[in-house]
Amino acid sequence: MLKRTPLFDVYKDYEGAKLIDFGGWELPVNFSSGIIAEHMIVRENAGLFDVSHMGEITVEGDTSEAFLNWLLPNNVLRMKENQCLYSPMCYSDGGVVDDLLVYKYNRKKYLLVVNASNASKDYKWITQENEWVKKELNLPEFENLSETMSSIAFQGPKSTEYLAKMAGAEVKDIDFFYFRDDLKINGIDCIISRTGYTGEVGYEIYVDRKDAPSVWSYILDTTKDKGVLPVGLGARDTLRFESKLPLYGHELTKDISPLEANLGYFIDLENDDFCGKDALVKQKQNGIPRSLRGCEMIDKGIPREGYKVFLDGKEVGHVTSGTKSPMLNKFCGLVLIKRDLGLKLGDEIQIDIKGKLKKAKLVKTPFYKNI
Amino acid sequence: MNIPGDLKYTEGHEWVRVEGNVAYVGISDHAQHELGDIVYVELPEIDTEIDAKEEATNIESVKAAAPVYSPVSGKIVEVNEDLEDSSELINSDAYGSYIFAVEMSDKSELDSLMDADAYKEFLEKE
Repeated sequence: MLKRTPLFDVYKDYEGAKLIDFGGWELPVNFSSGIIAEHMIVRENAGLFDVSHMGEITVEGDTSEAFLNWLLPNNVLRMKENQCLYSPMCYSDGGVVDDLLVYKYNRKKYLLVVNASNASKDYKWITQENEWVKKELNLPEFENLSETMSSIAFQGPKSTEYLAKMAGAEVKDIDFFYFRDDLKINGIDCIISRTGYTGEVGYEIYVDRKDAPSVWSYILDTTKDKGVLPVGLGARDTLRFESKLPLYGHELTKDISPLEANLGYFIDLENDDFCGKDALVKQKQNGIPRSLRGCEMIDKGIPREGYKVFLDGKEVGHVTSGTKSPMLNKFCGLVLIKRDLGLKLGDEIQIDIKGKLKKAKLVKTPFYKNI
Repeated sequence: MNIPGDLKYTEGHEWVRVEGNVAYVGISDHAQHELGDIVYVELPEIDTEIDAKEEATNIESVKAAAPVYSPVSGKIVEVNEDLEDSSELINSDAYGSYIFAVEMSDKSELDSLMDADAYKEFLEKE
């Protein structure tokens, strides 16, 4: 039986909404408007996403800060209160367990937001399997809130204006990657962070599971005359793709290091010891084997995940994600290829699309940038 | 669901319009709806010999690629080049947008296809 979010019952209000199995969750790939229209509304106006399937874990206690700073390659010590931080989470060999957001209330209390498909693996890794636990160092307390906390993402250039009318003018003062937990929408307590997975200005709103349907309906009812639409997973994927935001299982896996995925910005190799540090430092010294690049098809065809990439007849990597970019109207792909090929932007590679080698060229990423 | 009465249908949701000895092939309204926004149609090569139920080409939506099978055996004699740059025509007019046409080598193969009523019933059961 697939898991359902508290918003499952509202999906049926949208004629044409198509449900799929997404990592064990029954979720809409699109609502009534279709993936491309839903994509465009987020680029031009605002759209609402059900992201209640995401996992939430709280970390509390005296050792919270020290533990998270060891657990994650990004620097937790530098976080301010009410700040959010993006970080990969690595195994000791540098492979990626998951990527996540850290919300800091104070040095003794944090909230982690992790990918739905990894939530139980992550919880096990964080609470039982890592070296800190094995060394029996003093652990903070953990609570898995994934079943009780729901989240809705409200994304797009107009989202600030609309949300300020619903949750108060304070919304306008929330800086990028900060949050507030003292705001209400229609009388309902929420955590609102200025974060997202679309490459647009946007917010992620966390509420108690029982309140999710009423907050969802309130936001859509209030903004319907402005053209705001509910948006499914299909557009969530094309939006994050155009903005080159990595998706676990594609650009990040246990076999791809975050340095290879070009996430060096989110790894503080100068920080105190952290899980995976030795492996990543060594990788950086010895030369990072692969690099995540963007390409655009010269020949026609869609580079899909797993397709092999060639250079002058030699296999040099694979496609991690690919689709037709709705904004550029071009067939684009992210490719993980050997780093030492000396390729520049504009250089040609070939992609094996169903047995035929099709030409593509390397292009600048993100494919599309608005903010 | 839009199911024109003058066409034949397959269980793979292709439709066939017969003009003399030539079968024009597209995908049904149901199929385009299931696929969602279609972003690329790989057109087969003209003069290719093809068997009934053989994969003729692929249609790609934003999320995935779906094969299109030839409902009949014969030779591909026409392809709809409008789809090359405007694959979304299949979404807006599935029955007005054929993908390829086959000069049939065995017209009796048409007898095994469904008529509109049978296809409607098939969709209801699926």
